[in-house]
Amino acid sequence: MKPIQTKKDYQNYVEQKSPNSPIIKNCFNAFWVGGLICSIGQIIFNYCKYRGMDIQISNTIVSIILIGLSAFLTGLNLFNRIGKFAGAGSLVPITGFANSVVSPAMEYKSEGYVMGVGGKMFTVAGPVLVFGISASIVVGILYLIFNTQSITLV
Amino acid sequence: MDFLTSIDWMQMLRCFIVGGLICIIGQILIDKTKLTPARILVIFVTTGAILGGLGIYQHLVDFAGCGATVPLTGFGNALAKGAIDEVAKSGFIGAFIGGTKAAAGGISAAIFFRIYCISYFKTKNEKTIKNGDFLSVFSFFFYFMHFLQFLQF
Amino acid sequence: MQKIGKQTVKFDTPPTILQTASIVGPKEADGPLASYFDQCLEDEFWGEKSWEKAESKIIKETVNMAIAKSGIPSEQIDYCFAGDLLNQCISSSFGLRELNIPFFGIFGACSTFVEALCMASIFLEGGAASYALCAASSHFCSAEKQFRFPLELGNQRPPTSQWTVTGSGAAIVAKNGMGPYITHITPGKIVDMGIKDANNMGAAMAPAALDTLISHFKDTGRSPSYYDAILTGDLGHVGKEILIEMAETKGYNIKSNYNDCGVLIFDKEKQDTHSGRKWLCLLWNCIFWISI
Repeated sequence: MKPIQTKKDYQNYVEQKSPNSPIIKNCFNAFWVGGLICSIGQIIFNYCKYRGMDIQISNTIVSIILIGLSAFLTGLNLFNRIGKFAGAGSLVPITGFANSVVSPAMEYKSEGYVMGVGGKMFTVAGPVLVFGISASIVVGILYLIFNTQSITLV
Repeated sequence: MDFLTSIDWMQMLRCFIVGGLICIIGQILIDKTKLTPARILVIFVTTGAILGGLGIYQHLVDFAGCGATVPLTGFGNALAKGAIDEVAKSGFIGAFIGGTKAAAGGISAAIFFRIYCISYFKTKNEKTIKNGDFLSVFSFFFYFMHFLQFLQF
Repeated sequence: MQKIGKQTVKFDTPPTILQTASIVGPKEADGPLASYFDQCLEDEFWGEKSWEKAESKIIKETVNMAIAKSGIPSEQIDYCFAGDLLNQCISSSFGLRELNIPFFGIFGACSTFVEALCMASIFLEGGAASYALCAASSHFCSAEKQFRFPLELGNQRPPTSQWTVTGSGAAIVAKNGMGPYITHITPGKIVDMGIKDANNMGAAMAPAALDTLISHFKDTGRSPSYYDAILTGDLGHVGKEILIEMAETKGYNIKSNYNDCGVLIFDKEKQDTHSGRKWLCLLWNCIFWISI
């Protein structure tokens, strides 16, 4: 092996030296866990439709129930195990969002209810809301400017 | 069971596959780019909002149902769609109302269930459920059932 | 006491490490070094309300244990050097507030304990003290809370990530004694090779460890084979391999007597940690030779 001179050399060396995440296995787990969570959502959605609710309300109920379940599993300290196993499979569905709200709230409970639970609750999920809502405002304004159907024709 | 026969199993399969594929994209981002989970969530929500604004994401929702709405891209799509609908209804001010309105259910639910969790569970490291926790499991069950009743489920 | 070479201090009457004590958490108790610790805890809270309070209690009890074991009354200990990973060193400041010993709060991250030993030995050698107390603590949960993500957040740890040790170590250092002695100290430079991955700290720290080791060999005129053991604090499996390979390219063969405390404290096969971190930081940017 050649002696390492520059930072770039060292970074390449570390890259090659560090063990990689088992990506195939991770992707497989993410696929079936993520798919399963979505399917549970679909069953709830179908049930809502079966009870005669409209699509918008049904979607909200699906989110609320999945968030509730995920918060519950987080509280039981089981969600981090699922997350460890499934990676993006449990992170990317709405369950990951609920987990990222509940976990800091539990963690910072020891710092009091106002600044601890209340203040730190959105440390992980905050950026999601900030960027999501900002994007929706931009989309809304753009829609207003190009107030034609052309933008949604794709 | 009327309900079971009413389920469209092909729809379910499409939902499973599309939902799984979106998660695989997330997993590849995690493993290949060393992004933190918060960044990945942000990327998904923003992508969803952009695709939703362009009207592309709706095709995926029509195709896969909850496979497209349950992942966070669906959350982004709901935000964008909410904004567009509200703009169509009430003009400029709608851009500021619509998105948050569409997301209100999810955000409030997260805060609501968090209240339950922090009052019943203690944060712990690598520990399984202890005896005392079974009480909270049952109480959560009833809590949840009540909740569903309120939803007229 | 005199400076030799570029960055090494040599002691004429080397200070002695008189007595040590250690308390660790449950995960460390499952590891291969369990029988060497004085006390192992059942859970991370130890009856306290928060992890920070638990960490304070751990360092307090460890220090008391070290004082009790040494048999030296605490009034005779002149100075105390202690630190931890948290902001403003709160664990050690709060834990040691009832000790009534003049206190130096130090922060060296992984090298805190060795930094304490270095400063204490200079105080002892210079005649400013006859007994000094060194201590350091860390807590997995409080460190994760401060530096990374909440524990309940369901994310995956990549294979290169490290696991902070829950525990504390304390040592009483004396001016005279029967050894083990601290004969040389070599404080290291900050070496940044541009590793930005927070989950690969071993690779980020290895160049600094290498630089310090080589400076020590050059300053003292010794070769690696002079030592029975060369130990680094917390490079982990990745950092350890990198250090060995890089030392080889510079012409130093440390393969036979080098080891890493982070590798030693946890069992890679049995425990899911992706390697350990901190605590027995015998050497990261400091080297000292213990002769018996």
